[in-house]
Amino acid sequence: MAHVSKWYDDFQVLRDITLDVDHGEKLVICGPSGSGKSTVVRLLAGLETHQEGTIRLHGEPVDAQGRGDVGMVFQQFNLFPHLSVLDNLMLGPMRALGMPKLDAHDRAMAYLERVRIPEQAGKRPGQLSGGQQQRVAIARSLCMDPKLMLFDEPTSALDPEMIAEVLEVMEDLARDGMTMICVTHEMGFARRVADRIAFMDAGEIVEVEPPDIAFAAPKSERFAQFLDKILKH
Amino acid sequence: MKTVRLPLALLSLMALAACSAPPGTWGWYVIDPSTPSGWTNVKFLLRGFSSTIQISVLAAAASIIIGLFVALPAFAQSRWLRLPNRIYVEFIRAIPLLPMLFWVFYGLPVVLRSMGMNLSIDPFWGAVITLALSDSAFTAEIFRSGIQAVPRGQAEAARTIGLTRAQAMRYVILPQAVRRILPPLANQFIYIVKMSAFASVIGMEELTRRANELVVTEYRPLEIYTLLIFEYLLLVLIISAGVRWLERKMGADESR
Repeated sequence: MAHVSKWYDDFQVLRDITLDVDHGEKLVICGPSGSGKSTVVRLLAGLETHQEGTIRLHGEPVDAQGRGDVGMVFQQFNLFPHLSVLDNLMLGPMRALGMPKLDAHDRAMAYLERVRIPEQAGKRPGQLSGGQQQRVAIARSLCMDPKLMLFDEPTSALDPEMIAEVLEVMEDLARDGMTMICVTHEMGFARRVADRIAFMDAGEIVEVEPPDIAFAAPKSERFAQFLDKILKH
Repeated sequence: MKTVRLPLALLSLMALAACSAPPGTWGWYVIDPSTPSGWTNVKFLLRGFSSTIQISVLAAAASIIIGLFVALPAFAQSRWLRLPNRIYVEFIRAIPLLPMLFWVFYGLPVVLRSMGMNLSIDPFWGAVITLALSDSAFTAEIFRSGIQAVPRGQAEAARTIGLTRAQAMRYVILPQAVRRILPPLANQFIYIVKMSAFASVIGMEELTRRANELVVTEYRPLEIYTLLIFEYLLLVLIISAGVRWLERKMGADESR
């Protein structure tokens, strides 16, 4: 994305954002709340519009992407509560890709295995724990064979003991070479997985660094203060 | 139990009124099923049920279909697509039922004829069309609020797994909206049943019209209209029992 700016009425939420993510790269975006990091991810998912600049994925604008090419995992899971876990996963492949039911079923089960909850396939999302729901949400996105996975604070709504199981699944995914952009405050995850960490504040990208440099010697004062605050506890 | 208490209270009230009234106030003989003439009268009145029920059911079904199609444009992104929804709802909602009934029954055939369609509208269809139109503005609002109550994240999630807006509506939003929509929709049905009494003024032989006709020949308005009220009460109680059953079922489903 290049020189992207966005306003809500008079309020500028993004200021001249320029960001390149390579195929297979893992980028972590962090920053204080209200810094615009969610907005960046939502723009890439095609859920928001912007006023200035260009966003391209594989050379194409966001709205020209194939159906389900950009997967998104939300803070609040957003599973479909009226459908079983299995039907949540099969809906996209069947309706958006026109896949036959049996194939969609096999694919859904394969991804449920991958997020390690095949035994929950018949349950409703409401019967699962938060961590399980978020893993189902990840599997639901994967069922569409996305080229890019976006994560918008995927562990922020979870109890501490469930964060690890979701992060593990995400690390698995990273090892398999998925291109990932994650908004998260899990700095341990960032250190282990990220190729680069982008720090955002007040609608700007302040700094983009590989994790070892970011944690050892952040260049900007704001990033240093932010890291200091969240690494303290 | 609540269902039973209200009619019981009403009954005892009337029994009280009957006992304390001077002799000659009540003349139940007119609808006494144990006498031949009373039984004939009762049968005449009860036969109105079939028209009242048919009109109500048809009007409710049509109102739901119209309401859905009026409600859906309210979710369009373009202001110009949303506009017809607002105009329809505000306009139809503002017309009192009786004037609309007159317009449909006496006016609409003239309009149709001028357009080359030689259709006459009989009292039955006049009543169905009017009730359906009048009610559709309310069902449209019920649909709209039910759909709006589904969290935004649901549509966003549907979008990220590649569903079109129409698919998201059909497979994700509407199934969730239905459980919020059904109870108020059923209440609206009670309203339709009661409003169908207006069909009597254009000559539809439903419950109210038959009561009126019998009053003219028997000159016993108190007893006949009392029975009429209980006829509607019976219908409405049956529907509300259905609504409560539905709400319980939905509630149970929700908690799963």
